[in-house]
Amino acid sequence: MMILVYGLVLTGAFFMLVAAIGLVRMPDLLMRMHAATKAGTLGAGLLLLAVAVAYGDGVTVRALAAIAFLFLTAPVAAHMIGRAAYYAGGVQCWDGTLLDELAEARQADADARAASSPS
Amino acid sequence: MLSLTWPLWVAFVAIGLSFILVFVRLVRGPSLSDRVVALDMLSYLSIGLIALWTLVSQQPAYLDAAIVLALIAFLATVAFARYIARQHGEEVTL
Repeated sequence: MMILVYGLVLTGAFFMLVAAIGLVRMPDLLMRMHAATKAGTLGAGLLLLAVAVAYGDGVTVRALAAIAFLFLTAPVAAHMIGRAAYYAGGVQCWDGTLLDELAEARQADADARAASSPS
Repeated sequence: MLSLTWPLWVAFVAIGLSFILVFVRLVRGPSLSDRVVALDMLSYLSIGLIALWTLVSQQPAYLDAAIVLALIAFLATVAFARYIARQHGEEVTL
């Protein structure tokens, strides 16, 4: 049992560190968000899971509820930040970015609107 | 249940190092959105730290703080997202 708890703690802390390194090293906002949201949530979830394994009954339920809450809210929060930042024009994509489908879609939308207006 | 054995030391050191790295991004972050992402990450780190401290201190009551922190962090991020959207005259539809 203790082996399992230690394993979960070490893996969780490792993923936290990976998320933090990604947050510092990644070249643009969306990549940083990718590192922080996914690896960060996994790390916090694994640490909470270690608590759930180490204690019994009521604490396990509360720890699992915390994990469920974290997994429900983190993607929504990241989506809202990414959306707001993109539409506010604050995202300068990395030079190596190959595809920005949202920009193409918005361009096509603007073209269609310009063609259909009677000016 | 647990004393401060070496895996917990290693985990504390890793999370402390992560706090420092995220603070670097919080200070340097070129745009407001970068700083908001860093703040979000700080709250995840705090949740992990509270979970670790729950193990070390053998006080399961600390876990409630982690649950509340997860909730507050979500609300803060949503508020910042609305602020960023409104700051640039974008229609807020959320």
